[in-house]
Amino acid sequence: MAELKLKSFEFRREREAAWRELEGLVTRAESGGVRALSPWELMRLPTLYRGALSALSVARSISLDRALLDYLESLSARAYFVVYGARSHFGQSVLDFLRFGFPDMVRRSWGCVLIAALCLTLGGMAGFLLTAGNPDWYFTLMPEGLASGRSPTSTTEELRAALFHGGDSAEEELVLFSSFLFTHNAGIGMFAFALGIALGVPTVVLLLYNGLILGAFAALYAGRDLSVELWGWLLIHGGTELSAVILCGAAGLKIAAAVAFPGEQDRLSNLARAGRGAARIVLGAVVMFFIAGLLEGIGRQLIQDTVIRYAVAIAVLAFWTAYFLAAGRGRTHG
Amino acid sequence: MVELAERGERAGAVLIDLLFILIILIVIWLAVFGATAAREGGGFGWILAFVLLVSFLVRSFYFVVFELRWQGTTPGKRLLGLRVIDRAGGPLQAQSVFARNLMREVELFLPIQLLLAGSGATGVDALIQLLMLVWVGVFVLMPFFNRDRLRAGDLVGGTWVVSAPKAKLLPDLAGDNNRAVQAAGVAPASIEFTEEQLAIYGIYELHTLEEVLRRDDVNAAAAWSEVASRIQQKIAWQPPPALAPPEPKPFLEAFYAALRGHLERRMLFGVRRRDKHDRPENDTTSGQAKNDTA
Repeated sequence: MAELKLKSFEFRREREAAWRELEGLVTRAESGGVRALSPWELMRLPTLYRGALSALSVARSISLDRALLDYLESLSARAYFVVYGARSHFGQSVLDFLRFGFPDMVRRSWGCVLIAALCLTLGGMAGFLLTAGNPDWYFTLMPEGLASGRSPTSTTEELRAALFHGGDSAEEELVLFSSFLFTHNAGIGMFAFALGIALGVPTVVLLLYNGLILGAFAALYAGRDLSVELWGWLLIHGGTELSAVILCGAAGLKIAAAVAFPGEQDRLSNLARAGRGAARIVLGAVVMFFIAGLLEGIGRQLIQDTVIRYAVAIAVLAFWTAYFLAAGRGRTHG
Repeated sequence: MVELAERGERAGAVLIDLLFILIILIVIWLAVFGATAAREGGGFGWILAFVLLVSFLVRSFYFVVFELRWQGTTPGKRLLGLRVIDRAGGPLQAQSVFARNLMREVELFLPIQLLLAGSGATGVDALIQLLMLVWVGVFVLMPFFNRDRLRAGDLVGGTWVVSAPKAKLLPDLAGDNNRAVQAAGVAPASIEFTEEQLAIYGIYELHTLEEVLRRDDVNAAAAWSEVASRIQQKIAWQPPPALAPPEPKPFLEAFYAALRGHLERRMLFGVRRRDKHDRPENDTTSGQAKNDTA
């Protein structure tokens, strides 16, 4: 008993230097990225990592030194993330996402997109019919902040002016306006996605409600024979913005559908699968909101002619249609 | 083997991150507006637009960017040794990170907004706020209602949060033992144990002893002497007649080394004794020790 030459002690003494070396590399890679390591160190990394793993495996069966086991477990886990962690090029993944990941996921979720679009349209039609039948509905449906003074009591001239004001705004005001619109709308879009977890009911309500507002607004202008001007004013950015709203709603519905109808998989894994796809859609929609913000804040204010507004709107819509139908087809990827 | 993170740790990490977000936002606002005020020029719209945009990006993508770039950690998570990993065991995907963090709109930002907005409400408004808060509470408290402590974002992203603290390699007690015992002036050979004495405890007790030995707080010495006397009693150990009774710490270190050697040797023969109550048929209780030698 006197001789305290434990096998586990010898084992540790022989390998400790390699573990320390790995720990040093991992610590540096964790704070400075893998780029902090020299080529030689990068070559050493996988070897040292495998060494640590096999040491852990041996230690589990021969050593009862808990400090050693804890250390090796933590070291192996940390090294794993350095060796196998996601390290795709950021710019490349953004490009891949826009060229393939986003439109592909939208195509695969066409059912949800359709339902979301229907909700928005139904809300719009209801809002239009209600307000056309009885202008009082306008006050019920329209939040005061959005109406900005436009109501059935406004004169036709006031309403027309609202569509064409801002043409003489300073550049910086337009940028501010764009920035505000983007952050506001993208926030709502992300919210609509997150609400999907509550079985999608709040998402549907949000879509219907936005449709109602839009419908009420359209009815107000239709009553004064300003429909053509209104849609020019609305669609120049609205094609992009409403599409993005629909996509966010669709993403929320996708989550809801995964909870309600898990299909062949169990609920949890199905939800995780659907959630990732839906997150992709929302991310793309945030980019669309950014574009819509620019179109609304700057484009619409600078373009005061209804015909050109329509031309721009149609061009943008055609672009999105082509993008979602065609982009990234023919690539096989999960 | 990784362990699930405690709910308290996760809440702490979120609070730290929120604090960081708040600080970043305040610094941006102060810096930008301080610079504008000093310059007294135009261009206020540009600056406001910029601040608005940056604030939105910080608030919405703080978690996403950190979890992507730092392999599933954020500053708050790092401080508390937490990490997000894929529940299926694969690499953490960017879309999982997005999904789990977009959910914070409902789980984190909505309740904060409700709390801030609801403080002054009265009458029906207050009631609606309260109902909303209860409804949102279902999502906020979700980690309490499942075994894996998943929040809604973890469900949607297919992730979970584990505790992965950085462990330091502590000195091997059995290895340094020789030195410690020699330093105390007692030859290692003087503290000896019989097979019967070593057969009393199991791995659990060994690890507890390791923990006790690694203590370095003010009460450590008292704990050592108490544990030492308890062990001496339990295993009926007597100091060799020629020597004065050893100090508690050298005794414990010697016992730790001897016990670990004993248990590790047994382990090599395929007997893993979990704790002192674990007595499989062929294990060495004092009576069966003879069978082993026979």
